[in-house]
Amino acid sequence: MSSSRFALNLSRRVLGKTLRTKVASQHLGATRLSSYYTPAHEYVKVDGIIGTCGITDFAQAALGDIVFVSLPDVGDEFDAGDSFGSVESVKAASDVYAPVSGTVVEINEALNDSPELVNSSAEAEAWFIKIEMTDTSEAQKLMDETDYEKHCEDEA
Amino acid sequence: MLLSSFRRSAATAAFRSPYVVASASAATRRTMMAAAAAEPLMKTSLNEWHKELGGEMVPFAGYELPVLYKGDNVKNGGVMKEHLWCRSEGKASLFDVSHMGQIRWHGKDRAKFVEKMVVGDIQGLDTNHGCLSLITNDQGGIKDDTVIVNAGDYIHMVVNGSMKFSDMAHFQKHLDDYDGDVTMEYLEDDMQLLALQGSGSADVLSKLLPEGFNLKTMAFMTGLDTTIDGIENCRITRCGYTGEDGFEISTPSGISTIQIASKLCSDPNVNPTGLGARDSLRLEAGLCLYGNDLNETINPIMGTLAWTLGKGGPNARRRQEQDFTGASTFLKEDGKLKKQARKRIGIIGMKAPARQYTEIYDVDGIQLIGEITSGTFSPCLKKPIAMGYIDTIMSKNDTPIKLKIRNKMVDAHVTKMPFVESNYYRVPE
Repeated sequence: MSSSRFALNLSRRVLGKTLRTKVASQHLGATRLSSYYTPAHEYVKVDGIIGTCGITDFAQAALGDIVFVSLPDVGDEFDAGDSFGSVESVKAASDVYAPVSGTVVEINEALNDSPELVNSSAEAEAWFIKIEMTDTSEAQKLMDETDYEKHCEDEA
Repeated sequence: MLLSSFRRSAATAAFRSPYVVASASAATRRTMMAAAAAEPLMKTSLNEWHKELGGEMVPFAGYELPVLYKGDNVKNGGVMKEHLWCRSEGKASLFDVSHMGQIRWHGKDRAKFVEKMVVGDIQGLDTNHGCLSLITNDQGGIKDDTVIVNAGDYIHMVVNGSMKFSDMAHFQKHLDDYDGDVTMEYLEDDMQLLALQGSGSADVLSKLLPEGFNLKTMAFMTGLDTTIDGIENCRITRCGYTGEDGFEISTPSGISTIQIASKLCSDPNVNPTGLGARDSLRLEAGLCLYGNDLNETINPIMGTLAWTLGKGGPNARRRQEQDFTGASTFLKEDGKLKKQARKRIGIIGMKAPARQYTEIYDVDGIQLIGEITSGTFSPCLKKPIAMGYIDTIMSKNDTPIKLKIRNKMVDAHVTKMPFVESNYYRVPE
């Protein structure tokens, strides 16, 4: 493991859940991944014109055991705010909304066999879709990590 | 995604399709609106106890009850774990079902009167024996399902929490016109009701029963007054809503309930369990939820519950005498059942969960032939399961159908229930 990655993991253990991707981006070197959040608990991680979208850790904790994820098809187009799929627990289903407008270029097939990944790794391995964004400025209008954390505190 | 939708109560269901239309009576609306509006939720004796254990409290039938348990100290919480625990060998789940209505019937004409209200053979119940029965209206529709036990010098009746006031108003109306010796006693908040369910329940409960009380000889669907952990005036009934062996435990309210619940949960084989798992367990067991799968537009035949009319086919006494409310609407004069246009069935095979109100189409996806009334993801089978009503001509097992889920036609097929094999107790020979 490189020393920068080691430092990242160590600080994760020390700071616990409050460590966010803002700090991660400072350690991971050249590629900066900026994360933005919606009030409805979706995130988009922006890398050039590709946005990787999913639901946040706060959301998965509130939902409980996830048993099913419904994903769109590659090639589907959405406007920001459109429902692009759903996430289900034993008890109920909830729509998931596109944080940004664009075309789906990749879906996370792993969630078909292992929906429980959403519980264990909502903001990393359990991304739902990758979107080719039509307007990269849309993401910047969403909440950053600090504002989103405050939003969660207010909601709790 | 909207987290608030996950907290919506099952009790506030409003029916939308012609298949399952119900009109809620004023009394039912009262309990339902208490949940929704300014009226504070009613609390069971275990309200604080649930919160201390990490219960996530939600409104249900006008009460504040735990849907699941969670927290840093909760090792087996969440709907999935709580559900699987109940079906694990040697384990037991404890539910607080004190929202349900407990009624005692007194007087020498009590059995005769209760028979006017329900379809079952109540006069034929031996002492301490009970049965599942259905309360009917003038059109033969089901007003509620209930477990009734002949407790010797009284009849013990348990009805659904969401329907108890409506049921008692219905009984009172008929009592006013009845010329005989019968009184209805609503136990209100004097008694609480717990359910202990799972293959480990008998072992766990026997530790709290008096010396010499042998649960091995206590049959399914029988009940007894008893002392539990030194607390008098309790009643246990070997029945439940999960498909497992188990007991419903009626205890005096207040600290007695807390004492018994705490004692039971101190056993490492017992896990406190919420309404979420209660619903997924009963659906796997093919059991109806009143309000979803049963309502006043559904009669016992449509609900495939004709067996509640008693053994003996058309010659069963109640099918011959037909003296319960609405009997002639679904029984022919000779006691045979009138054919029904639709029927309750199980559904499986779909890749995505299909919930209440999902439309059922024929295999070509053209004709609307039914509707789902309950659906979930089965924790035991690890696949979606559902219960619903379908045109009788399409109701044979294995009939392929289509479900309209999120505007897509999805394959599924009709199947028999229960989805998961039951483990009801049989007294050894």
